[in-house]
Amino acid sequence: MDYSIKIGGEAGQGIQTIGGTLAKAFSRSGYHVFTHQDYESRIRGGHNFFQIRFSENPLTASRDRVDILVALDKESIVCHENELTETGLIIYDSSILKQKHEKKHFLDIPFVNLAIEHGGSKIMGNTAAVGAVLGMLGLNTRILEAIITDAFKKKGDEVIQGNIRTAVAGHDFALKHCQECAFSAAPESEPKMLIAGNEAIGFGAIASGCRFYSAYPMTPSTGIMNYIADKEKDYRIIVEQAEDEIAAINMALGASFAGVRAMTGTSGGGFALMVEGLSLAGVTETPIVIALAQRPGPATGLPTRTEQGDLNFALYTAHGEVPRVIFAPGTPEQAFYLTNKAFGITEKYQIPVIILTDQYLADSQWTFEKFDLNRIHYSDQRLRGNALEKFSEYKRHAFTDNGVSPLGVPGDSKHLVVTDSDEHDEEGHIIEDAETRKKMVEKRLFKKLPLLQQEIESPVVYGNNHPDIVLVGWGSTYGVMKEAVDTLSGNKNIAMLHFTEIYPFPLREKFDYLNMLNNAKLSVCIENNATGQFARLMRTETGYEFKAKINRYDGRPFTLDSLLGELDGYITGL
Amino acid sequence: MATLPDYRGQHPAWCPGCGNFGILKVFKDAMIEMDIEPHQITVVSGIGQAGKFPHYIKCNTFNGLHGRTLPVATGIKLSNHDMLVVAVAGDGDCYGEGGNHLIHAIRRNISVKLFVHDNQIYGLTKGQASPTSMEGMKTKNQPFGVLSEQLNPIALAIALDCGFVARGFSGDGEHLKGLIKEAVHHKGFSLVDILQPCVTFNKVNTFEWYNERVYHLESEYDPEDRTGAFKKALEWGKRIPIGIIYRNHRETLEERIPMIKDKPLVRQSFDPSKLQATQKEFY
Repeated sequence: MDYSIKIGGEAGQGIQTIGGTLAKAFSRSGYHVFTHQDYESRIRGGHNFFQIRFSENPLTASRDRVDILVALDKESIVCHENELTETGLIIYDSSILKQKHEKKHFLDIPFVNLAIEHGGSKIMGNTAAVGAVLGMLGLNTRILEAIITDAFKKKGDEVIQGNIRTAVAGHDFALKHCQECAFSAAPESEPKMLIAGNEAIGFGAIASGCRFYSAYPMTPSTGIMNYIADKEKDYRIIVEQAEDEIAAINMALGASFAGVRAMTGTSGGGFALMVEGLSLAGVTETPIVIALAQRPGPATGLPTRTEQGDLNFALYTAHGEVPRVIFAPGTPEQAFYLTNKAFGITEKYQIPVIILTDQYLADSQWTFEKFDLNRIHYSDQRLRGNALEKFSEYKRHAFTDNGVSPLGVPGDSKHLVVTDSDEHDEEGHIIEDAETRKKMVEKRLFKKLPLLQQEIESPVVYGNNHPDIVLVGWGSTYGVMKEAVDTLSGNKNIAMLHFTEIYPFPLREKFDYLNMLNNAKLSVCIENNATGQFARLMRTETGYEFKAKINRYDGRPFTLDSLLGELDGYITGL
Repeated sequence: MATLPDYRGQHPAWCPGCGNFGILKVFKDAMIEMDIEPHQITVVSGIGQAGKFPHYIKCNTFNGLHGRTLPVATGIKLSNHDMLVVAVAGDGDCYGEGGNHLIHAIRRNISVKLFVHDNQIYGLTKGQASPTSMEGMKTKNQPFGVLSEQLNPIALAIALDCGFVARGFSGDGEHLKGLIKEAVHHKGFSLVDILQPCVTFNKVNTFEWYNERVYHLESEYDPEDRTGAFKKALEWGKRIPIGIIYRNHRETLEERIPMIKDKPLVRQSFDPSKLQATQKEFY
């Protein structure tokens, strides 16, 4: 079983509600689920869709082919009818679309009338659609009823019961009328967790003891702020919506200086405004985690779509020579653990850490058995109270063997904590002399580096250990590359190298990835950008030149089918 | 109790005769008289001659970026509201580069004490017009004189219903010291605009120019009358009022955040006990 369901319609019609509810129903039924969203930068109208793939086997990407299309508008049929599989069906409500389709792969279901009749309100039409999809798949509504009960808890029993009756009515209607339905769902199993990239970063931040998050709303990073704000009372976190991204990063640096773990998040345009603050974090050695969720630029670009166009920006931005660490998770699970690692590293080395994601990962939901909370590390590196008081003298930027100075909390003792955006002495006071300047540069850039490099994990290898073909990528292409390896490994020696911890560039001591690449007949660097920014970083760091590159820069993510199609040309004849 | 030597910092690199010396002196005096110890204060400054201020006293210091004092100060105060958080900026820093942050810091009513060293000129970059330079003032960069209208920070702050709005003069130390103390005691955001001469670059608004014009607000003046305060804020020219021009008693931002009702954020340890329950929500 490997089914894909697409819900298409205008913004404001409830596509996310239908998609989100179905995805939850599937994950609670124990299936593996992968969802992704495609939406326009508008509140009402336009064309948007939510795609859900589910199976009894693990999934990490979307397919191009659709088994059930829920069409909430005419445009959905125009755009997606040709994506249907041979047994695929389109369900719609002719009273909404104001048109009737007679072809046998169409099924007209009166969502609105069912809702009025059984729920008492046409608002519940989407619930009828969810019920209908379950009916077509031969699934019952037991789990859906529980989800409805949770979702409408605050609205009272009447709304809950109305929605349940409507769901059942949609389900029964589809069962009765879907002569063409040939779907059969695999047996249910234990519920799985369903989590999106943004939620995973938010949850990872909370689990890491983040206590202050300041940001300015910007797609596709806003989900992180939403998630943390929803939990601020439970975990005593202050979430401050700043007046702009400049304020956002400066507030977070203020909070960090004052002694709490702090984070900010944004997308490319906002990060551009944060650049001076990034430089400030560098010179003042103030810990900070920055989530950078990429979207296609330049400037406003395609605000709601996806691209891996800001790797160079994250690597090289900031005036002056600013050290940094960059992580590029490929799954929500990696995003969760790497957010935790980001908080650990930024505090241990007092260097800014950037978590680089994109719209595709930010909004995609994946299923997992669970995240292992025992793998979460929390080690407070700050000197508080007595620990600081015990120092006979305290210098915020004291020279040490490893370049890391003690991080005191201001106000916790008589010792003063002083830092400066100007070049400064060990105490933190402004200086001009060449000798101190040189030592400070070496402390910030060179002394910490060898230790930091030891913290960086090797790229993730998946597939054959002695591959003829190596697919190489970073960030959100992880899932689609992994499935491409699965698909092609039947008759090819193929593997994937995923650079998850991207900068400082991984050393080759633990795993010589260059050796693997040099021994392969074909290496393909796969990136969601036009210029191959990672391929260039690889060349800069190692001298290695990829044999082929596949770049997608239309603002859309790779799907398995589109990637396999592109790879075909390189692999044939190998 | 702290004494003057406890507050002695680096030797100032300001021009002899700079108005900053007067401000520095009364600031230290005010802290000592209020029995505040250096480690109980964090001074956040930006860039400009005023930005060097915290290096010349002894206190916790974050000397950050040009224009960005208030966001840093806001982050510090939200994390530790037991700390006295002072922001020191110049007119270019606070009213130019960081103007947006001033508006929103006032809206938040975060208890940060902002002291603006207002000499109506850019000193560090050598004599360009600032937002508070008077119309018509000629400089190297403004050969036809300043064409924009002079910013009125007092009127701006009152329009935003700022909790505490005052103007002082560096040449009237005792009076300024009183304002600094009142600003610190005020619950909420405080703005003290401090007129000061720039002996090197501002040849119009000199010590004598200010000294002839400034006057103490009359004893019957009511700073809690917003309309009257706004009228007073517009007074500029032959006579310039100094003192507390406007005051209200709005609730502060830190008082309105339930998470820090009991104690400052920085004193609350991280409690991971609910994480399992939080993870369950994803099922």
